[in-house]
Amino acid sequence: MKKLLIGNEAFARGLYEAGCSIVSSYPGTPSTEITEFVAKYCDGDYFEKAKLENGLVTLEQTALNTVYAEWAPNEKVALETALGASIAGARSFCGMKHVGLNVAADPLYTASYTGVNGGLVIAVADDSGMHSSQNEQDSRHHAIASKVPMLEPSDSHECKEFVKLAFSLSEQFDTPVIVRLSTRVAHSQSIVDICERKNVPLKEYVKNPQKYVMMPAFAKLRHVFVEERTQKLIKYAEKSSLNVVEDNNTEIGVITNGISYQYAKDALGDNVSYLKLGIVNPLPVQLLLDFAEKHKTIYVLEELDGIIEQHCKSIGIDCKGKEIFGYIGELSQNIIREKLADVINNSNQITACESELNNDTVSLTVRESRLTVKSNDDAKTHANVVGRPPVMCAGCPHRGVFYVLSKNKVQVSGDIGCYTLGAGAPLFAMDTTICMGASISALHGMNKANPQNESKTVAVIGDSTFIHSGINSLINVAYNATNSTVLILDNSITGMTGHQQNPTTGKNLKGEPANKIDLVALCKAVGIERVRVVDPYNLEETENAIKEELAISSPSVIISRRPCALLKYVKHNAPFSINDNCKSCKACLKIGCPAISVDNELTIDNGQCTIDNNSKPRVKINNTQCVGCGVCKGLCKFGAIEG
Amino acid sequence: MNIMIVGVGGQGSLLASKILGNVLIEKGYDVKVSEVHGMSQRGGSVVTYVKYGEKVYSPIIDKGEADVIIAFEQLEAVRYIEYLKPNGKMLVSTQKIDPMPVIIGNAKYPENIEGLLANIETTFVDAVKLAEQAGSVKATNIVLLGVLSKNMDILAETWKENIKKLVAERFVALNIKAFDLGSSVCA
Repeated sequence: MKKLLIGNEAFARGLYEAGCSIVSSYPGTPSTEITEFVAKYCDGDYFEKAKLENGLVTLEQTALNTVYAEWAPNEKVALETALGASIAGARSFCGMKHVGLNVAADPLYTASYTGVNGGLVIAVADDSGMHSSQNEQDSRHHAIASKVPMLEPSDSHECKEFVKLAFSLSEQFDTPVIVRLSTRVAHSQSIVDICERKNVPLKEYVKNPQKYVMMPAFAKLRHVFVEERTQKLIKYAEKSSLNVVEDNNTEIGVITNGISYQYAKDALGDNVSYLKLGIVNPLPVQLLLDFAEKHKTIYVLEELDGIIEQHCKSIGIDCKGKEIFGYIGELSQNIIREKLADVINNSNQITACESELNNDTVSLTVRESRLTVKSNDDAKTHANVVGRPPVMCAGCPHRGVFYVLSKNKVQVSGDIGCYTLGAGAPLFAMDTTICMGASISALHGMNKANPQNESKTVAVIGDSTFIHSGINSLINVAYNATNSTVLILDNSITGMTGHQQNPTTGKNLKGEPANKIDLVALCKAVGIERVRVVDPYNLEETENAIKEELAISSPSVIISRRPCALLKYVKHNAPFSINDNCKSCKACLKIGCPAISVDNELTIDNGQCTIDNNSKPRVKINNTQCVGCGVCKGLCKFGAIEG
Repeated sequence: MNIMIVGVGGQGSLLASKILGNVLIEKGYDVKVSEVHGMSQRGGSVVTYVKYGEKVYSPIIDKGEADVIIAFEQLEAVRYIEYLKPNGKMLVSTQKIDPMPVIIGNAKYPENIEGLLANIETTFVDAVKLAEQAGSVKATNIVLLGVLSKNMDILAETWKENIKKLVAERFVALNIKAFDLGSSVCA
């Protein structure tokens, strides 16, 4: 059966088909959907079918036929959980985004030594182009440094097939296997052939401290094993079906990986030959040398760092890559067309007389594309198109908090989540954002450096991020004593990644009841005596709390508690409206709510828009967007907002 | 063929692209649909690429490559003009949604959108009104699919079967009506 699936859903299908039975992950764009989709196999359509066919099913069969999936508090915990499940004998999986692998790096580097029992596959989704990330790191460095093999698919079907192969390799070579995705592979849909699940029984666990107890005496032996394994993996990479040569009998050879292969095929078609590397660590040697020998000119097309290129140069291949394409952002078919056309023309490697017919086609395509790019540019230049940055939603509980912080000119140590949007217009209420959990620890450092600032600075952190690693930072505030003021923005969900449950929500990944952390008790338990809860829809209460806690000489936590307005169970009030008392003073616009705007009279008649520029600008509330949170009402001195 | 769907986060372009993708698979094409999740869900500018043909490689549509752009919002139509091929077509919903820089008075919403699109074959549709007629503003995306269907050589039945497959049962009738209203617009 053929289905159109995003890379992440295909990846999840691969986990299911490969007989993976334990999944532990932490959400992070663009990796989140792998775990969300695989969780759907928890109930197991397969299990239901088995039940129908066989009548009764034993407990063992249930475990065999379904996938258990969970959201862990952070990536380190998730990977350790998956490794434990692997040691216990199950095929296991752990998924995260690129920066998550930094958090999970500690278990990763030692899991490389212990190896596995049941296969262990790790997904890491890089975000070249930084669509939704704080940096643009290339995770291949972690694979190289931890000496763990890494595969990289280039479309959805490969996602599914590479995952299945990754489990086999993991068990064959006794190693965790990382599968690297990029945003475009993870979030683009392409056609996938659906197969049946292969049931993999739990492997027997045999006590083996030399393999699993990584103290120096045993770890020294395992390091020898790791180096030998890498040599075996290189040999495997030389012959593997994942490293594909497409020889089009051309002078130019392109060595590429992942999504860059798709862009290259789009731009250059069959006018060059390809070596597509599905195994990005370790890289082969002879395969590359043979390919290079057959082609006069070699280009390496890879996003982010020049890892394949450096490897090629280290084994003596004369090639070009980063000097043309750089290290920043995504590639695309247009970029490849333009940059390679210039190089080909300038280097005179293909002159008019010696160029073959097919190479002419390349230049022609390039010329065409350039013409096209220019043709519609003019209209846009005239338009002066105003940007549309993402904003906090109408009714977002974070808005009131940032309004108060902005109004009181508080310095804000920020963190990772929807609330990072507080940094943008019109509130500009954020000074720093570094990584998960850093808001509180960085604030502690700022306050140690300049204690006078203790009364002017706060940290803001979401509920999920607080549990991820913010709690460690809060322990430091209490233990090493700064009078820091920490705001936990508890919207009862992991918001930015699209609503995942976490240990503060009282539900597990499947939405079933689960243990719910009492944030007040937790903060008190680590030694923060002043902990209070406010409703961020109540601006006065929120402002008073922040002012009081900043003024007091002791560490404190303010929990701003109100569920995300997009959660399905949240009941919205009727939309507010503007009455005739409005003086168009625009004070209500200061909170940056997307439901409030100023407009001239606008009429739509028979599909034509007409704007009456002579009418008086008036403030309006969009009644499909407004959820009646009432935060704007508190800003109006004239009683013009009602609801 | 390259089709771009552009709009504002939350307007339903993902469902539209999903239906379109499934219709194209049924017609035997190789199909790739590309979207970006994350920040775009927060009212930002959203773009979805739908590419089909005998064999599709890159999942994204680059500048100068789109045959058709369906814009769920007028400003977004203008934002992506340079992605159109010289003879490409625009289908534009007349809806206007102010972005934050306009709301807070730092910028003006362009007034002369029709003028800006003057050199491009453009169909303006009051898709929101038609969706309301069908029963809900939320069906604006399906109205626009209806408009698109008149530009493609695919039977109405194929579209409707896929709408039935991908829309929750209680909303099927509403969405079929929205599709019909869209496909009756002259384009």
